[in-house]
Amino acid sequence: MPMDERAMFMRERFRRSGSALILLATTTGAGLSTSFAAGPDLGEPLRVEEIEAANLSVLPDGTGLPPGSGAARDGEQVYAVHCRACHGADGGGGPNDALVGGIGSLAGEAAQKTIGSYWPYATTVFDYIRRAMPYQQPGTLSADEVYAVTAYLLHQNGIIAVDAVMSAESLPRVEMPNRDGFRSAATAPIGETSP
Amino acid sequence: MTDGTRPPPAAGNGLLDRRLFLTGGAAALAGLGIAQARAAEAPRQPWARVPGAPMSGYGSRSRFEEHVQRVGIGAQPGTSGSGASRTPLEHLEGTITPNGLGFERHHSGVPDIDPERHELLIHGRVRRPLRFSMAALARYPLVTRTYFLECSGNSGVLATAPEPPDRGCGELHGLISASEYTGIPLAALLDEAGPLKDAAWVVAEGDDAARMSRSVPLVKALDDAMLVLYQNGERLRPEHGYPLRLLLPGYEGNMSVKWLRRLDITAQPAMSRDETSKYSDLQADGSALLFTFPMAVKSVITSPSPGLDLHGPGLYQISGLAWSGHGAIRSVQVSADGGRSWAAAQLDSPGSALGLTRFRAAWRWNGAPTRLLSRATDHSGATQPDRADWLARHGGSAFYHYNAIQAWGIDADGRARNVYA
Repeated sequence: MPMDERAMFMRERFRRSGSALILLATTTGAGLSTSFAAGPDLGEPLRVEEIEAANLSVLPDGTGLPPGSGAARDGEQVYAVHCRACHGADGGGGPNDALVGGIGSLAGEAAQKTIGSYWPYATTVFDYIRRAMPYQQPGTLSADEVYAVTAYLLHQNGIIAVDAVMSAESLPRVEMPNRDGFRSAATAPIGETSP
Repeated sequence: MTDGTRPPPAAGNGLLDRRLFLTGGAAALAGLGIAQARAAEAPRQPWARVPGAPMSGYGSRSRFEEHVQRVGIGAQPGTSGSGASRTPLEHLEGTITPNGLGFERHHSGVPDIDPERHELLIHGRVRRPLRFSMAALARYPLVTRTYFLECSGNSGVLATAPEPPDRGCGELHGLISASEYTGIPLAALLDEAGPLKDAAWVVAEGDDAARMSRSVPLVKALDDAMLVLYQNGERLRPEHGYPLRLLLPGYEGNMSVKWLRRLDITAQPAMSRDETSKYSDLQADGSALLFTFPMAVKSVITSPSPGLDLHGPGLYQISGLAWSGHGAIRSVQVSADGGRSWAAAQLDSPGSALGLTRFRAAWRWNGAPTRLLSRATDHSGATQPDRADWLARHGGSAFYHYNAIQAWGIDADGRARNVYA
């Protein structure tokens, strides 16, 4: 069939199915390739180094954590410079969210949700700081600084020792106090979330 | 009409047959059906004495409507763009939200993205990691669908505030809008990249300063997820994700990541900050639910509502919106006597699955104080609980996914205000 008819046929299929994942080759016998059926095939290959440069995902098993390390002692200074104005002295909360405290407060009407009391994975702390903090200058901290300030916040919450070094190896092994406090309502598998 | 002049009641305290306005009975009742003889032309209003304004390149509304603005605008301390604005539901009709009034929820403001320098990356557990320029995406087959989009925090203050906040419909429930979206079925691009056998999630990331990210089940991504380019016929507005956003019909709005830059296909969820510490549902026992995606069945009367007062006893049309992330609205009931009796409302746009449904009912107000309620039921059979039931089920600190019945109190002066049913 001519090209424009094919396109119209594709649009009709999309309209009726609500999904483009249709293998026309098998359903029409018209000899269309599956790649055409999926679209005009205009994606350009991504190189490994391009992916690494763009990829910010950190998974609970540690996938995506960069090289580098830091301990609470180093993180205290990072916190004072970049975080304290919004989150208060020692992470107890300022104009913005408290990051420390509230452990054991979740049941009842005065729940205090902090990194220490609520967050199930330590990897999320690194991930979030790296992608979104400090609020006015996100993406400016080095990996060592992010590890260090993550360690500081975990230490302030009484979860790790002041000299515990956080890295791609150690951070996923930190057991958060509320690690077992969550249930998933999704049908998709959660997978192995420990290293 | 039972006796030719009086419509039959449908429920207590003046609720009339829902077809009243459709049969023309209202006009007859209100005495408006009398034809007037045309008089000689009276002196013209100033705007009709001279030719009007010229054409314009991009239209704007009447200056007399400029008071209709987004409401409930608030931001985190120390920020101007980390916060929300709400759709002024009480000032709108129909089921499509104008782009300029659609609610906003940003985690670090609105980025000013140059589409020529923006691209979408798909990588992770796929056979072929790919990049797509906006020019390339423009060549993919498009589909057009109408969906609502609701923040899971919408109406949540009604769960947490011990006394009913003295706020209007949009301020309370305006973290919702509905649009005609045009875009590319995400399945087309995922198919091109080729998910590997163990792929189960798609971690979506925005190109805002917060790099906001959420994990989406691959099943949903392959089902009805869209990469949206157009909203209500024009390119996305910056505050709604220009030039490219994810749209997950029926799911909590936070997952429909705006300014989409990256899709990382994974075997497990990222457990990002916005799916664990936020947008998770804390229960009364201190445990929490993750990944409560679909928005529950819900409705609200938009008129009358606070600010849209009644002007004396007489016939009024009750108008409202209903929606559900589980499918089309099957029915909406309204009560004009505080929930003692209920009547079926007319569905003005029935069967619009995962869109907004406009409902209407005819009501003769007798001038006495009362309460107006609406209660929607969706195609799954789910119906709205009352507030006490919702709180009993979810616990004291819960506020996401609040969908209890909304009541508006009407006082003897016709003023409407938020009350707890």
